[in-house]
Amino acid sequence: MTDMTANGVPEATPHAKSSLLTQDAHTKQRNAAEKRFRIYGITAIAIGLVFLVLLISSILFKGVGAFQQTKLTLQVELLEAKLDKSGTRDIEKIKKVTTFGYNPLIDTAIKRALEEGGIENPFSKGKDLRKLLSSGAAAQIREFVVANPDRIGDTVEFKLLASSRVDGYLKGRVSRESLARDKNLTPVHLDMVDQMRETGVVNKGFNLSFITGADASESRPEQAGIGVSMLGSFYMMLVVLTAALPIGVAASIYLEEFAKQNWFTDLIEVNISNLAAVPSIVFGILGLAVFIQFAHLPQSAPLVGGLVLTLMTLPTIIISTRASLKAVPPSIREAALGVGASKMQTVFHHVLPLAMPGILTGTIIGLAQALGETAPLLLIGMVGYIASNPPEGLIDGFLSPNSAMPAQIYEWAKRADPAYYERAWGGIIILLLFLMTMNIIAILLRRRFERRW
Amino acid sequence: MNDMTKIERTVDMQTNKISAKNVQVHYGDTHAIKDVNVEIQDKTVTSFIGPSGCGKSTFLRCLNRMNDTIDICRVQGDILLDGEDIYDKRVDPVQLRAKVGMVFQKPNPFPKSIYDNIAYGPRIHGLARNKAELDEIVEKSLRRGAIWDEVKDRLHAPGTGLSGGQQQRLCIARAVATEPEVLLMDEPCSALDPIATAQVEELIDELREKFAVVIVTHSMQQAARVSQKTAFFHMGNLVEYDDTTKIFTNPEDSRTEAYITGRIG
Ligand SMILES: Nc1ncnc2c1ncn2[C@@H]1O[C@H](COP(=O)(O)OP(=O)(O)O)[C@@H](O)[C@H]1O
Ligand SMILES: [Mg+2]
Repeated sequence: MTDMTANGVPEATPHAKSSLLTQDAHTKQRNAAEKRFRIYGITAIAIGLVFLVLLISSILFKGVGAFQQTKLTLQVELLEAKLDKSGTRDIEKIKKVTTFGYNPLIDTAIKRALEEGGIENPFSKGKDLRKLLSSGAAAQIREFVVANPDRIGDTVEFKLLASSRVDGYLKGRVSRESLARDKNLTPVHLDMVDQMRETGVVNKGFNLSFITGADASESRPEQAGIGVSMLGSFYMMLVVLTAALPIGVAASIYLEEFAKQNWFTDLIEVNISNLAAVPSIVFGILGLAVFIQFAHLPQSAPLVGGLVLTLMTLPTIIISTRASLKAVPPSIREAALGVGASKMQTVFHHVLPLAMPGILTGTIIGLAQALGETAPLLLIGMVGYIASNPPEGLIDGFLSPNSAMPAQIYEWAKRADPAYYERAWGGIIILLLFLMTMNIIAILLRRRFERRW
Repeated sequence: MNDMTKIERTVDMQTNKISAKNVQVHYGDTHAIKDVNVEIQDKTVTSFIGPSGCGKSTFLRCLNRMNDTIDICRVQGDILLDGEDIYDKRVDPVQLRAKVGMVFQKPNPFPKSIYDNIAYGPRIHGLARNKAELDEIVEKSLRRGAIWDEVKDRLHAPGTGLSGGQQQRLCIARAVATEPEVLLMDEPCSALDPIATAQVEELIDELREKFAVVIVTHSMQQAARVSQKTAFFHMGNLVEYDDTTKIFTNPEDSRTEAYITGRIG
């Protein structure tokens, strides 16, 4: 297309007469082709950038709501008559009072807030008033009472979670029109919310429990957090790091530096490359068969998830480690062997340190892949509403059922309530932050260790 | 006349350091060294010359079993170092390489400090009992490498930051640091400029006092300048091996003559 003379027809122009100050036809053609190519390139990059900006802005736009939550600030009188009839402060008896027993206290508190703000209360039944609050609100108070039984009898200020509809109203997700098809809340409630916002009872603030909390049942999206599944991911990554890094690096060093070049090592090499292309769900079903059904490891445990992800990450680590070992110039090996270093000394004193940045980068990229992987986790039961409390200690962290960040996001996206949709996007923001951090660490490590030789 | 007999006598008195008998080397199907017999003398510079691809490097690398690292390489025949077969099953090539040091074509210092470059060999062979001894070895080796004065103020700067000629002398110093008995050099000056080459050549001449030096070179002038013995290789054969002066003034084989007069090469 560009180089006509390459086809063999020599240019007939006698070059004695041509001037450098004017471009001949051939040069013009070549320059035009170059210009066209540059335009293609810039266009491609621009399209890529547009998509990137679209992606990031839509994620931020949709997910940022999850980091804010509406709460009602209420003065709740912890009536002794309701919570501790015997008056003995016996913790066992206090625990017997179910969340149901706390409802009257909440009703009173809401009514009191309405009265103080001069807001009309159109509802006669407390049940209707409580629709403003999350169904977890009573549990929130009960938890406090069980922890501080000596406060019974006092009036305590609580910041109670608003129901997801009220929260949605403040975030613009719920409107009076949309409530027409909703049994949970009426436009009358929204009028009250408007007034309570003016009196400062209803507030929207930073939602720490989204980052630290556990998932919640389908009816209480306002309580759901990603914290526990974040811990699940963390324990899985520990497993992957401690299993995949040594195995992968040892295997690569052996293959690259010690193994004889023959059909067997060739076979292994081909298989490792193929393994890197195996769909992750295959590793999931392998993990189900081997780790759970055969080895009887606990289901849904981060240990099993970590092992499955280790299998998945190994080829990535091996391939990148071998590439970085290959990149170490043979002259360094010769130099070490020449002064009488053994093969192992050569590898560990000279080759490995030089290959380190590449190995670390490969490992972190492998870890990042594993962190974002969902499909294999579906098969070993690490998805769904699993853990309601953070694990206690290391062993519990590895063995008790948990989820992982991407599995949690998938679970939320699957649920019907639009409040969960927002949380799924919020979860994605957190996941992306983790991935970005890992990539930045990879870049920093590479910079830090990179040396010329 | 008197002088001549003196030289003859010293040559006679010199002992053989390495003797190779019927050495054959194959790379897979390539027959790279064909039935080579040679006696390399102690405290002498021996140079290997010949057209490129004739097997000089291959033969040199047999002398410290560097060829062991190449899977397809097969060595047959006997190579004796002080009367001991270095290809004997009981010989650990690692131990051998401490005795037979090597300097490569391209300067290849470790990407570490100058000090660590020199100290690495003595460290892994346990030649120094403490830091003071190690410091001493480093200084002595750098002096032997004729580079001490240039680097004594920056021993902890990276060795890779030196100029090409300095790097090569550093590599020579690194090789002598393990107290070898033989020093093998594979075209040590081919990556250097003329001034650096002259410095290295001068150094090689000094090293002769302590070691048997074997140097592969593609420069006949260099062989004539630094070596006392010269071996001419051609297509895997050792064509002629004699005193350097003899090879360059009065070669016996017609191929040698053709090579030194520039007709093959
Ligand atoms: N690693 C190797 N694998 C296969 N063949 C080799 C290898 N090294 C050298 N050879 C072959 O051995 C012969 C001698 O090579 P070499 O010793 O490097 O020659 P010189 O150093 O004299 O130029 C050449 O034909 C070369 O192709
Ligand atoms: Mg060579």
